[in-house]
Amino acid sequence: MAAPMLRWCCLGRRWVLACIDGGSRHGRGAAIGFTSSRKRGQSSVAQQPLITAQKSRKGEHKWAAVVGLEIHAQISSNSKLFSGSQVHFAAPPNSLVSFFDASLPGTLPVLNRRCVEAAVMTGLALSCRINKKSLFDRKHYFYADLPAGYQITQQRLPIAVNGSLAYSVCAGKKPSQVITKTVRIKQIQLEQDSGKSLHDELRSQTLIDLNRAEGQLRVDANISVHHPGEPLGVRTEVKNLNSARFLAKAIDSEIERQIHELENGREILNETRSFDYKLGCTMPMRDKEGKQDYRFMPEPNLPPLLLYDTASLPPGADPQQVINIDWIRERLPELPSETREKLVQQYGMLPEHSFALLNEVGLLEFFQNVIKETRAEPKKVTSWVLNIFLGFLKQQNLAVNESPVTPTALAELLSLLDRKAISSSAAKQVFEELWRSKGKTPSQIVSEKRLELMQDEEALERVCHAVMEGHPQVVMDVKRGNSRAINKLIGLVRKATLSRADPTVIKEILEKKLSS
Amino acid sequence: MLKGYVPPYNATVVQKLLDQGAILMGKTNLDEFAMGSGSTDGVFGPVKNPWSYSKQYREKRKQKPHGEKEDSNWLITGGSSGGSAAAVAAFTCFAALGSDTGGSTRNPAAHCGVVGFKPSYGLVSRHGLIPLVNSMDVPGILTRCVDDAALVLGVLAGHDPKDSTTVQDPVKPFTLPTLTDVSKLCIGIPKEYLAPELSSEVRSFWSKAANLFESEGAKVIEVSLPHTSYSIVCYHVLCTSEVASNMARFDGLEYGHRCDIDVSTEAMYAATRREGFNDVVRGRILSGNFFLLKENYENYFIKAQKVRRLIANDFVNVFNSGVDVLLTPTTLSDAVPYLEFIKEDNRTRSAQDDIFTQAVNMAGLPAVSVPVALSNQGLPIGLQFIGRAFRDQQLLTIAKWFEKQVQFPVIQLQELMDDCSSVFEIEKLGSVSLKQ
Repeated sequence: MAAPMLRWCCLGRRWVLACIDGGSRHGRGAAIGFTSSRKRGQSSVAQQPLITAQKSRKGEHKWAAVVGLEIHAQISSNSKLFSGSQVHFAAPPNSLVSFFDASLPGTLPVLNRRCVEAAVMTGLALSCRINKKSLFDRKHYFYADLPAGYQITQQRLPIAVNGSLAYSVCAGKKPSQVITKTVRIKQIQLEQDSGKSLHDELRSQTLIDLNRAEGQLRVDANISVHHPGEPLGVRTEVKNLNSARFLAKAIDSEIERQIHELENGREILNETRSFDYKLGCTMPMRDKEGKQDYRFMPEPNLPPLLLYDTASLPPGADPQQVINIDWIRERLPELPSETREKLVQQYGMLPEHSFALLNEVGLLEFFQNVIKETRAEPKKVTSWVLNIFLGFLKQQNLAVNESPVTPTALAELLSLLDRKAISSSAAKQVFEELWRSKGKTPSQIVSEKRLELMQDEEALERVCHAVMEGHPQVVMDVKRGNSRAINKLIGLVRKATLSRADPTVIKEILEKKLSS
Repeated sequence: MLKGYVPPYNATVVQKLLDQGAILMGKTNLDEFAMGSGSTDGVFGPVKNPWSYSKQYREKRKQKPHGEKEDSNWLITGGSSGGSAAAVAAFTCFAALGSDTGGSTRNPAAHCGVVGFKPSYGLVSRHGLIPLVNSMDVPGILTRCVDDAALVLGVLAGHDPKDSTTVQDPVKPFTLPTLTDVSKLCIGIPKEYLAPELSSEVRSFWSKAANLFESEGAKVIEVSLPHTSYSIVCYHVLCTSEVASNMARFDGLEYGHRCDIDVSTEAMYAATRREGFNDVVRGRILSGNFFLLKENYENYFIKAQKVRRLIANDFVNVFNSGVDVLLTPTTLSDAVPYLEFIKEDNRTRSAQDDIFTQAVNMAGLPAVSVPVALSNQGLPIGLQFIGRAFRDQQLLTIAKWFEKQVQFPVIQLQELMDDCSSVFEIEKLGSVSLKQ
């Protein structure tokens, strides 16, 4: 059936809540750093009590929020989890449906090897324990996008459990105040995806597409609040959140709502809610009974999934028929934490920079390509890539691969800067021009706009001299010990050179002259 | 529910037969969704046992009071694969496929005087078999003699990548050896199968069969399957639970019958399922969902699985003690008239009639019903052999020996043939013997 999905279980986000009165906002946990790979995980959730909030206006007890995430992620594979049909993004509706997907009677699920490998890889990457034996279950409910009336999943004994993920959080306003936090991964399970429903209100019908290659990340958040020391509160589930930003907003607003309800003597219903993006708050989703009994039952058509490692591999086993965890572990690509560590070691960059480089799709590659082609210092490259380049991208809401500036161009620009052929401010101008107009190289722009730094030191000395002569008062100020006055002089010299002189060099010359 | 549904693919077992040149003559009648032990609850009506029209039966009935119409008191075939058994018994085909979840192939085989074979679970692919209880279903084989069953099994058995519950070991077609010496065999007679409801006739034939083995030098011993008395209830819980799950896909949306209501999806589902399923099916779905509820799961479903394990272990223990096959009745009595059968409801009947057959499904073992002799009423009686898992060949070999010993008579439909001779123009069909 369905597109194959992985589910992760994330435990216990830590929230620090600010005062509830007057709508001041919460201290924000950083968005979980979703890596840029095409694989995404799905988590089911367990909850853990958290650090407390500050007092509310009424002088009430403190509140703690408990958040768990269920992340649904589609495995990148050629065919679906249990049927042989293909997986293609954006195929015409119902064009990739096998007999099994349509739940024709007599069809049976057959497990896709690639999906199991993907699950094992994900489990290893998230430091989980891989269960050498895992089981499949049926989860029953009636809905038009679920042709069999049940979903095959791994509720009782999933393929991987007890992992963790480290991520960075901004603890304060300064970028350097970054701390590393860990979230627990309760479990990872393989499961079928349901079809896609499109509700046509006009004609009162619902259209079902059983292809199920959504290609999208889906997150459900489970949220509850309680007073520290007391039992956990009733939780609500906020479903189908599609972006990290809305996820954070939804959680925030739900926590607020729950606290508000409880403080006004009302109760929280164990219900499913959805997030209204326009209103910025959660709304109840299903108006029926609170709880659904899914009548879990073992899937009788799939025997227990047995995985092996090198030690337990039966002799003479057919490699086509068995999966060796150790083999997969050896073939894991470099994990982000390792990459970040390498960046810090190799380039001496700050940890928060390494996070930033990995958090944007394609940015690391861009950075590395620039480094390759320039002699500029890595720190300079880092700074330019993360501040200026990324800034421009974000401003225009572009992805790295949509950037009008190529790594080669930036590398060339930074080389010019490094050679002191241009000044820092000139470089920024060039960059702007590069962004706007395609096809021109930095060197071309520099010569077009005559942004070259003055290389002639003697000429520069003459200008400095002239400025000093022209502004005796300022010179006096400097000699009297006014440190800021020198900047004025530098500014004047720069103006006189049409910004074509390196301020650092100017300063050197002036200081030399002033001290003589 | 499946009215008008034409499957767009062949079941593996069907495809295998077609690949070997078999000709599909038609599809046979059954109890709806294989739920029943009489083949009386199908949408096309009940199945009539060909033996109702046999000379052997009619002769005996001449002693009965007159005033009855000839055809009014016809007999059931047993079920649920009664149509297949009837087809084979009436010489309309070489072999027929059925399903066996609790005895649905063996039961009608016994009532119709044919061989009904249930292979080991995992030997024959279930891809294309509409599931009743996935963990117990197998395709069943109905033929007129054991050699024919072995022939069909040789074609059907083997791993199917489309069915993950089939075993990987390769299987080759085989010919059954002709056993002459049974002195090395050990036949087990489970004492718990001596049920009070067992008819004296069947009991007598069971005894005679045991004596036959003993007189030919085999070791015949009484054995115990202590958890037998729990098997009906256990089966009921597990069966209805799986049924509730397997029937969830019949909602009228993708295929099959769909009701006219289109107010909402739920209303459509409800009406479709009410219209499309008979009472028996609906009853089992409701029971099954009850057992699967969170609050009941542990007490019913899990408990039943544990009891199932005990039942399966009973068999393992017996076979480990040196027994080669078990010999038991297949049914409580010979076939009853339809009018009598329907006096009790389906569930009661199933519970009664499955008594000797369903524990075998829970243990996944191979079993075969072989026709033995005619009852006082001139109707077939069959006995069951149960073998070790995946020793289907051995089981059939012993069954073949037994079949040769008992020389079960051929059904004599001569009169019926004569009545329709202008249609059939076949002579002496009734004198075709079992052996070549």
